[in-house]
Amino acid sequence: MEKNSKNKDVTINVHYLTRVEGHGDIAVDVKNGELKECKFKVIESARFFETMLRDRLVYEAQHLTSRICGICACGHSLASLKASEKAIGVKPHEDTILLRKLLLHSEQMDSHILHAYVLVAPDLLGVKSIMPLIKTHKAVIERAFRLKKMSDYAGEVLAGRHTHPISFAIGGVTKIPDQAEMKKLYSMMLEARADFDATVELFKKLELPVFERKAQYVALSNDEEYAFYDGKININGEKLVDDQDYRSVIKEEVRDYSSAKFSSTNGAPYMVGALARFNLNGDKLHKKAAQVAQYLGLKRPCHNTFMNTVAQVVELGHCLEESIEIMERIFKDGINEEKVLTTTYPKKDQWPIRTRAGRGVGVVEVPRGILIHDYTVNDKGIVTDANCIIPTNQNINNLEADMRKIVPEIITKQNQAEMTLTLEMLARAYDPCISCSTHILDVKFV
Amino acid sequence: MSKPKVAFFEFTDCEGCQLQVANLGPGLLELTKLVDIVNFREIMSEEGQEYDVLVVEGSVASKHDEERLKQVAAKAKVIVALGACACTAGVNNLKNLKDLAEQKKIVYGDVDPVSDAIEAKPIDEVVKVDYYIHGCPIYGPEFLKVMECVLLGKPYKVPAYPVCVECKQNENICAYEKGQFCLGPVTRAGCNSWLPNHGSVCVGCRGLIDNPAADAQKDILEKYGLTVDGILDKFTLYCNSKKERAKYGKEFKK
Repeated sequence: MEKNSKNKDVTINVHYLTRVEGHGDIAVDVKNGELKECKFKVIESARFFETMLRDRLVYEAQHLTSRICGICACGHSLASLKASEKAIGVKPHEDTILLRKLLLHSEQMDSHILHAYVLVAPDLLGVKSIMPLIKTHKAVIERAFRLKKMSDYAGEVLAGRHTHPISFAIGGVTKIPDQAEMKKLYSMMLEARADFDATVELFKKLELPVFERKAQYVALSNDEEYAFYDGKININGEKLVDDQDYRSVIKEEVRDYSSAKFSSTNGAPYMVGALARFNLNGDKLHKKAAQVAQYLGLKRPCHNTFMNTVAQVVELGHCLEESIEIMERIFKDGINEEKVLTTTYPKKDQWPIRTRAGRGVGVVEVPRGILIHDYTVNDKGIVTDANCIIPTNQNINNLEADMRKIVPEIITKQNQAEMTLTLEMLARAYDPCISCSTHILDVKFV
Repeated sequence: MSKPKVAFFEFTDCEGCQLQVANLGPGLLELTKLVDIVNFREIMSEEGQEYDVLVVEGSVASKHDEERLKQVAAKAKVIVALGACACTAGVNNLKNLKDLAEQKKIVYGDVDPVSDAIEAKPIDEVVKVDYYIHGCPIYGPEFLKVMECVLLGKPYKVPAYPVCVECKQNENICAYEKGQFCLGPVTRAGCNSWLPNHGSVCVGCRGLIDNPAADAQKDILEKYGLTVDGILDKFTLYCNSKKERAKYGKEFKK
């Protein structure tokens, strides 16, 4: 195909590129070599979770909001529990927090494994999905299944299931993980180390497009660890903001072409997710993960969005090593059952329910970035107002900014098909949600 | 004889049920020996245009959803509703309890990027459904059971008895015995009492049994002095649709 000359008009419309909590389109319009339009449109039918939450019991909130996403169900559940507890004044025991951290790690691993193997590995091996690999690359597929089985099993042992977690509740858990199952999980994690090393070798071969755009990066940070469960909101490493005050730094805006809202900080787009976390907190990575980052050529600060996938592989190693350490600590010290066991809903003798009235914000890092739940609850335990800010929605604004930078760079070098692929790869680098990014339903050129 | 072709399509939902299918691992590999999966966005990029069995996940919540469902259904010989959102509209029902225009205003203010939004519906309000796989999310082993029926061309009967039956088989201590409310006595079984097994209580995600007044787990209700209404007004996440409310003689109101 002929390359585009500088003055040629180009219109790209990718329908259903990704499911970003649903479905998304890419639209690019170049007239006389000048970029007129560059949009990422989320066309998913709105589900109105924020209004669904209103008038419901706060004890139903984690149950309901885990249904926002089948892939990050645990992250939603934990952000919801943190917001709920803050609002009604419940302080979970440290052992509860330990179990939550382990659950959150298992979800990062689960999601990163899916992304690495289901989306990226087929690209590396030159096929369209993992299906043909079942015949041609049996060892790779078996490894993917083993890793996935480990992270799945972690969800099962800790929460009953990964989608949608059962036993995590306000103030504790409804079931203490079974000791024998925990031992089995631990040995699966030890075995997963070899599979992780093999994953790193697979990704060593990855050739990524060269692209640089210094974005703003936002993630949770704290002094003790590579933050996932808790921390202050870190804006570009320049400012740390209490999570309860997120509205002072994160602004949401509605645009008429997208059912997802757009976020900004300092009046400009920002990136969340593995690369943002690595850039801001990389010095707190587990030693082994830090070595992997170096081996894979990931250095802070990294301004190549395409490297987000590499940062995910690094985090996979981090979460695996930290999970092993958390489990060893649990085996050594045990779980304080009396302080941790609770019920999903208040017991019968506590109905009609009375709680403290208040507002609470719960923030956690989920695989694709910082996730915020914000609830206001009245003294009957009823949610009266709710706001949720989802990572992928935060990234869309930054994706559009990346697109605006990359289109002029590639327009004279690539033909329309190549340009489309580059833009798709860019969107996929954000891992907008695994199921979506593996698939393009329809690509139209006008 | 060529293998039947199966296509998965999702509408308005979280895609967690398809994830349960993808997570079947070896079970899914076994299934692929018997059928060709020609469309499954969660795990593959290839797209087949023809299929025999259509598996639909998610509710219909926009005019676009409705049109697309009709289109994809026209090609199928058999339609399977996958998960609560497809079977009963699941949690999406909750938005039907309130005025849509008002909700749009709360979420989006004066801009309306979702002008084609409609009330959420289960897919059988749009197309004829042959098999129902209930649950939020679905229970993997039941999915395989239903697919077996689909392949053999025989009907699948969703259990007509309440979750209590399975819960007792699993030797769980009754939630009511522990001083908690639970929807097990009025919710259709088939999930192997998933939530009570993990110390929680049934919230009714599979929908109510067809006739709660007659077929509820009466011994439990009597023992603890409960009424069907009395427990249903405790957890209402999944029992709000017109169809569900009609089962216990309640009118649907906003």
